[in-house]
Amino acid sequence: MIDVALRGSTGGFTLDAAFSVPAQGVTAIWGPSGSGKTTLLRAIAGLTRLEGHVRIGDDIWQDGKRFTPVHKRRVGYVFQEASLLPHLSVRGNLDFARRRNGGLDVNDTLIDRLKLRPLLGRSVGRLSGGERQRVALARTLMSAPEILLMDEPLSSLDGEAKAEIVPMIASLSRDTGLAILYVSHDAYEVERLADRTLRLSKGRIIDTPEADFPAQLEGLSEAQIRALAEAALKAGIKVS
Amino acid sequence: MTDIAGAIRVTLCLAAVTTLCLLVIATPVGWWLSRSRNLLKDIVTAVVALPIILPPTVLGFYLLVAMGPKSPLMDLLHPFGIRTLNFSFAGLVIGSIVYSLPFAVQPIRNAFESLGQRPLDVAATLRASPFDAFFTVALPMARKGFLTAALLVFAHTVGEFGVVLMIGGAIPGKTEVVSIRIWQMVEQLDWPNAHRLAGGLLIFAFGVLLSLLLIDRRWSAKHD
Repeated sequence: MIDVALRGSTGGFTLDAAFSVPAQGVTAIWGPSGSGKTTLLRAIAGLTRLEGHVRIGDDIWQDGKRFTPVHKRRVGYVFQEASLLPHLSVRGNLDFARRRNGGLDVNDTLIDRLKLRPLLGRSVGRLSGGERQRVALARTLMSAPEILLMDEPLSSLDGEAKAEIVPMIASLSRDTGLAILYVSHDAYEVERLADRTLRLSKGRIIDTPEADFPAQLEGLSEAQIRALAEAALKAGIKVS
Repeated sequence: MTDIAGAIRVTLCLAAVTTLCLLVIATPVGWWLSRSRNLLKDIVTAVVALPIILPPTVLGFYLLVAMGPKSPLMDLLHPFGIRTLNFSFAGLVIGSIVYSLPFAVQPIRNAFESLGQRPLDVAATLRASPFDAFFTVALPMARKGFLTAALLVFAHTVGEFGVVLMIGGAIPGKTEVVSIRIWQMVEQLDWPNAHRLAGGLLIFAFGVLLSLLLIDRRWSAKHD
């Protein structure tokens, strides 16, 4: 099980999220921007320190007494934007992860699987957005993580690059059994990848999404709400 | 002419030793300044920048006092048979380190600051300890700052005059540097040699600035 309960404030934003999901397959964390998805993911990795506990299977990464530093957690993290180390080549980036993780041997298949072989000698400045995220994904996997955290990894990519990578992620999760927490606000990605979905709103996990819809209208202007209502009427939806 | 060769030798030795020492000193200082957010940081920033504002004679005067036989600092060195560091090469090195400190700390600090947090976060998630990440990510990514710092410190030390005159005393072959030699040549109306040395320094300064620009261009091209 992945068992997480984290609360605390960073930069004026308050997170108070708790969930428990099986440590396999893709768990999507879905919510509007500003709902605390990135904060939650960073706190699970230990990059941001919040109160609470994080347990991954038998490993306790954080509880009331202890806090395992990031580099001692077997966590994989794919960041939203470019996160490749610019002073290293593609191969250098992959080796950075491999050298620190006992040189696993699954790597060659990984390189082919993510179609990275022709890119190995390139400098990371000469990669397209999609290539960059594929390298970042491979690099993370070479660090042999117990759980993979992906923070809107495809949000900066165009449709074509997305369509290429989404199936790769889907098959990775299926074939390796690696647990993935996948943050996104893109309905297509969530639908394609997610085995289950957690909804995050204003720093909290919402269990009963339908009941919470009125709360999601908060912050909208009257004109916007009226437009929504009119669209609903036009679509033939009637409220008893 | 031998005293000219001596002055050049002392100058180059002084600049090289000062540069090496300052790279070592400025690295932790620059790193700390780039990462902390408190009042102490502002105080240290101001202290480090002081040598830019202070007249070299003021700095030289205080160093002269601090390294003189009556200084409490020198009491610490008495057991080693050292009573004063004034008028010695070691004293010159210490003076030069203080004098050029801002020229080393500033570029290194800027380079560390422009890294941002992301590369270090990435390194941590790939199991690099903070120590490991410092040497394999922060230092190589900040290398341009180190090169700039080294060039600036070297050039600034070669161009020193006031401080080295105050604490070095211009002993030929030992503490007399090129800039002081030029001054003495002019005093002695030895204009042809003054021309030669001054011209040499001019070309040197130009070379340093040009290489800084070229390095800058090469590095920005590489990262586009």
